[in-house]
Amino acid sequence: MSTLHTVNKSPFEKNSMSSCLSHSVADSAILMIEDGVYGAIKNTSIAGDIDSAVKEKSIYVLGPDLKARGLNEDQLIDGISVVDYAGFVELVCANDKVQNWL
Amino acid sequence: MATIKKFMYVNRKAPYGTVYALESLEVVLIGAAFDQDVSLAFVDDGVYQIMKGQDTSGIEVKNFSPIYSALGDYEVTKLYVEKESMEERGLTLDDLMPLVYEDEDDDWAEKDSITVVSRAEMAELLEQQDVLFNF
Repeated sequence: MSTLHTVNKSPFEKNSMSSCLSHSVADSAILMIEDGVYGAIKNTSIAGDIDSAVKEKSIYVLGPDLKARGLNEDQLIDGISVVDYAGFVELVCANDKVQNWL
Repeated sequence: MATIKKFMYVNRKAPYGTVYALESLEVVLIGAAFDQDVSLAFVDDGVYQIMKGQDTSGIEVKNFSPIYSALGDYEVTKLYVEKESMEERGLTLDDLMPLVYEDEDDDWAEKDSITVVSRAEMAELLEQQDVLFNF
């Protein structure tokens, strides 16, 4: 059974991101959306946790939410993939279920 | 003459995910009509509000970041950004909008509205205020 995890909260304000990271198994897909995209940026106080997660899980970030917040792909932690809304739908379809870390 | 009070608007939320940032801006603009000694603080996720290059065309939400550039015209010229909050988020001053105002007491010279302060200095600034508005 495969699961897509989504995180829509800033990792600096809520523990949704860390809960997601600790409750997702290897090979899971994790998609950062809305304020969750702040977790994808390099050199932050949580970048180490994301770096480790990238090694065993597939981490995605929603491009339009990055752009809205003045962030660009150059600022992302290596190994994170940018998807658009069509890519979001594909991830939902490619997995058996979705866990939203609100 | 009415006493001028020190008003500080304390911004701690990222834009777009919640309505706090936009609501704060609206209250700041309304408050600007009352000739008080106004300043804005950007702490924690609030520093994300003044990131440069915001483009909301992909999420169908109004991009209100240009309004920060207009604050100087309303004599809102003191924007304090906390250094530690930027560092925790991998940001530097270069990631923020270059916000300026024209100083009428100095031949309309263009000056920076943003002052980067430490967490300890921010604590002092909060202490010096008469009124705090929290967003």
